[in-house]
Formats: sequence, structure tokens, C-alpha cells
Amino acid sequence: MVQSLNAWRESPSQTAGPYVHIGCTPNAAGIEGIYAEDLGSSLISGPVAGKQIEVVGAVYDGTGTPLKDAMVEIWQADAAGLFNAANESRGKADENFTGFGRAACDQETGEFSFQTVKPGQVPWVDGRLQAPHITMWIVARGINIGLHTRMYFDDEASANADDPVLQRIEHQNRVPTLIASSEGASSEGQATYRFNIHLQGPNETVFFDM
Amino acid sequence: MSNNERSEPAAGGFIARDRAWHPPAFHAPYKSTLKRSPQAALISLPTSLGEETGPVFGHSLLGEHDNDLLINFAKAGETAIGPRIIIHGRILDERGRGVPGALIEIWQANAGGRYRHKKEGYVAALDPNFGGCGRTISGEDGSYVFRTVQPGPYPWPNGMNDWRPAHVHFSVFGHAFAQRLITQMYFEGDPLIPLCPIVGSLPTTDAVETLVAALDKKQTLPMDALAYKFDIVLRGRRQTLFENRREGL
Ligand SMILES: [Fe+2]
Repeated sequence: MVQSLNAWRESPSQTAGPYVHIGCTPNAAGIEGIYAEDLGSSLISGPVAGKQIEVVGAVYDGTGTPLKDAMVEIWQADAAGLFNAANESRGKADENFTGFGRAACDQETGEFSFQTVKPGQVPWVDGRLQAPHITMWIVARGINIGLHTRMYFDDEASANADDPVLQRIEHQNRVPTLIASSEGASSEGQATYRFNIHLQGPNETVFFDM
Repeated sequence: MSNNERSEPAAGGFIARDRAWHPPAFHAPYKSTLKRSPQAALISLPTSLGEETGPVFGHSLLGEHDNDLLINFAKAGETAIGPRIIIHGRILDERGRGVPGALIEIWQANAGGRYRHKKEGYVAALDPNFGGCGRTISGEDGSYVFRTVQPGPYPWPNGMNDWRPAHVHFSVFGHAFAQRLITQMYFEGDPLIPLCPIVGSLPTTDAVETLVAALDKKQTLPMDALAYKFDIVLRGRRQTLFENRREGL
């Protein structure tokens, strides 16, 4: 016998199921009056530094059908590359920018959208700067454990080429699955980027175990 | 407080997820996973700033009755129908320490097994006094509590006659995005647990048991509500006893 490691095991994941919106975005699911607003429904609470952008997309299954019961969460740095987090020690992030967004995919079209700012660069574990990117987490019925991916920008070609995470992807022909495409300006004049997520198929998105 | 002021070693990266402990992406008896499970291997990388940080949710977020599903959707003076229960427990890390300030969101069917959702097709009745969601933030020792009704089991379209055991869905934010977790709580003694294809996606009975809440008779409110205890463990960080990060890793 040996001593115990005194280690607890992480609680195992279970699917969020088809009704994740009841718990996470109840107002969007038609359950009003419990929470004043849905968590993560706005990232911007006042004047913010940097370029305001819109991120849109959908999550597609292996048949090419958009998921209508998915929920997408994003987490990102502000325009200066700082996180609005308790353990951010490099400086003070923009106080009008939370960096956290949550969206229910549309129950008819499957589309999600976020109004956010283009993130600045953040160093990786070895000190090299990463290209601007947004962390995404996707849950839905039929997804047993949340899927973790990253969205990069198609107008950052040189930063993307130097990105330490993108460089470590064995099949470099899959890197384009992580790069959002500029769609021009929205009706409000913001730059819009489209990031479609494919769970399977020839364009299956790269997912991370981080 | 900087790490240098602590008597303990600085926090390192997060301990990797044990993917053999979690359910695999594809589990044939749960049919929805067939076309929704990625086929390529996940890209494994150490956590960096974006995974080691996470949003901060303060108590100002919470309304007075957010953690009381008996009344948070009910008309004044009324309550939801069904067996009244307390769900309590602690949010822990992989070293068994309480995680304070964790946001816990739950959702569930009503006592008849019916969700308040326009795509729900079960014939069981809606309860006009039950919305089905609640949230709270863990205390200094990681503890949390909800009051609700015990949800009913319900049939679902998968096989011809599949029924979910009674369950409550849990979504938890710790201090870092790497800890993000959604799971489900089951109830001690439910005969539907071993029959469920979603429970069956868990690779081991040990993993299943960690999601079954125990009846906690000592915490029962006499003549009022039964109590169930449900602890949740989030990923923890390595201690950086001797840090030696190779170039490019
Ligand atoms: Fe459920």
C-alpha cells in the first residue's frame, strides 16, 4: 500500500441537453421575470477602447444542419490584451468590457451573434505573443463535454502565421477552420466577422484539450 | 496578492482533463452524438492566460430568490407543486479545497417531468408556479444551497421508450475558463439511472456514482423539505514546485 494522493477527481461532464437555454439564457427561452437579463448578453457596458466588432456564425452537425439548441460562450481579452479577471496581474482591463459573452443559437436559424471588441495580443506560456483571438465553448444536446475552440481573424495574416498555438496544429490544412472571415460592415457600421463551427465533415473545426 | 507573498508554491497551469473519466464525444446509444461528435483528435496544449483567467460574477448579480425555485417564478403567496427539497453541497478543486465565488446555475423539469420550453413534447402538465431555473454563488468555503421541487423522470425521443432518471442540470464557473463545466445531478435510489443512455455515456460506474446526490437526512427540514447533498469538483492547478517550461511548450 502507499499513501493517498489526497486528490479529488473532476466531476464528469454530462450533456447540456436540449433545454440548456432554460438555465443559461431563460429570457431568450421565454422564461421572463426571474433574472433581469440573461448572463453574458452584453460584453460592453459603456465607452470602450478599441474597434467594436460583431461576430456571427452557426454550429453545423455532420449532415450540414445548423444546431438550433446550442449555446456558445466566448471569453477574450480587451483591446489592450488584458482580461477582466480577478487574477489578471499585468494591468487593469477596460472597465466597460467584461470579455465574457453567452449566446443562445436562434431556435429557427441556428445563428449566434456577439457585439464585442477586437481583442489585443496576449502572451503564450513561453512569452511569445499570440495572434488576436476569441476563446469559444460550445454545448448542446448530443455534445457530451463542452467543446473548446478559438476564433482568429482573417485580417491578421502575419500575426496568425506567428501564433504559437496555430503553429502547433499538426495538420496545417485545418488551421483555416479557426479563422473567421470578414463580412464587411454591419448596418451599424461595425466590422462583422463570420465564424462557422463544423462538428464533423471535411471542414471539421479544430477543437482543443487545454 | 502576488505569488511571492504566499507561503505556498505559486499556482501553475491547470491539471489536464482525464478524458478517459469524462464521457467520450461519441456514444452510440445516445443517438444525438452520432452527427455531433468531432471525429479528429483534440489538440492538447498547456493552459495559458486565456484559459487560466475567467469572468468575475459578483453577488450583485443575484436577485433575492434566484436560488429558490419554489418561489422564483411563483405568484405571490404561492409555491411550485411537488416534493420540496434542498440541494446543498460544496464546489471543490482537485485538491479538495472549497472554491469560493463560483457561479452555479441549475435548470430542471417540474415535478411531473415537464420542462417550460416551447419545443418540449411531453404530455405532463406545466406548473404555472414553476419556471425551472435558479442560480447562486458559492460562499467562502465553496458551499451553496438551492431550494426546489424534486423533478420527475421524463420520456425522450432516442430509443422507442427511453426515460431520463430524475435529474437537475448544473452549470459551473470557477475562477478560470479552463474549469468551465456542465453536468447533471441524479438522485440516490433512482432505478432509471442504470437504464439511461446519457448516464451510460460515462465510462465507469465510479464516474456515475460521483453524480448521484445522497439523501442527507441530517440536513432535512422537518415537516418541510428533504435534503440532498451534491458536491462538484472543478479542475485544479498544479503547484509550480519547480517550473521548467521548455521553449515552445
Ligand atoms: Fe434534462
